[in-house]
Amino acid sequence: MAYAGSDRAGVPVSIKILIAGGFGVGKTTLVGSVTEIRPLRTEEPLTEPGARVDALHGVERKTTTTVALDFGRITIRDNLVVYLFGTPGQERFWFMWDELSRGALGAVVLADTRRLADCFPSVDYFEKHHVPFVVAVNCFDGARRYDPKAVQSALDLESDVPVVLCDARQTSSGKDVLIALVEHAIATIKRNSEPSAEVMAP
Amino acid sequence: MAPPEDRWLDQDAGPVVRPYALIGGRTRPAGETLDVIAMIIAVRGVSPDPVGLEPEHRAVLRLSALPISVADLAADLDLPLGVVQILLGDLRERSLITVHNPIPPARLPDPKILKEVVDGLRRL
Repeated sequence: MAYAGSDRAGVPVSIKILIAGGFGVGKTTLVGSVTEIRPLRTEEPLTEPGARVDALHGVERKTTTTVALDFGRITIRDNLVVYLFGTPGQERFWFMWDELSRGALGAVVLADTRRLADCFPSVDYFEKHHVPFVVAVNCFDGARRYDPKAVQSALDLESDVPVVLCDARQTSSGKDVLIALVEHAIATIKRNSEPSAEVMAP
Repeated sequence: MAPPEDRWLDQDAGPVVRPYALIGGRTRPAGETLDVIAMIIAVRGVSPDPVGLEPEHRAVLRLSALPISVADLAADLDLPLGVVQILLGDLRERSLITVHNPIPPARLPDPKILKEVVDGLRRL
């Protein structure tokens, strides 16, 4: 596999970051704070993919469901592009997550301390699929300010998972969240590439 | 102004029926599903055999004269991702495009690339 071979010359390196969290927690706002949002939709069959579907007749019976994603692109430099995908929070859209999370650099789980449980499914998903993630607490007006340590403990996160407070409306805050994620992903990749202590032990 | 029944077809039925009609009711592409950030490039200097190619296939070929991601194609064409993935599967079968799968972050040839991402985000 010639990943960096000459056949890739001039082909941009593309990096994928997911923005997850419960409904109405500010995913669209966060993506929109750092880049222009473009509409992206997918229509997924409601039936099993393997089943024979008489698609043209099925249209009236609605055999597909439309899922809208918040899609943003940040051009870092020529041939280096970061793509953001705001993922639908509901569990019934997890088929989308499997496709989107494959090869992702990492994910931001947006949380609202008034409804902290809404982000449990996202946290579980990324833990289970070994996708590096940070939890960003969106500080809505009027929401109690929590100590990140308290949120980390309430979510029962591994101690190395960063918890950051943010205001998803602010560009500076949105980019700080993304920077925290990329730095966490770099640290995770570095740790995973080092031989483990057991292997090193005599 | 179009009569009401035409407007209905245009605004509602069109976007739903048309994409699935053009891909023959298929819901999965030929071969492996392409990653949403895979980069697509049209093969140069080939005049595609028009048989079996829809205007949307041609639109994909036009847009991918320069490298473009699957997600960008779907957004630019205002077509669902799944439909674009199927169109791309057709074009790949005919060797009219090349597909560059994204490099897994842990296997980037140069670890500095991710540092560059951090620096680039700081400049936003």
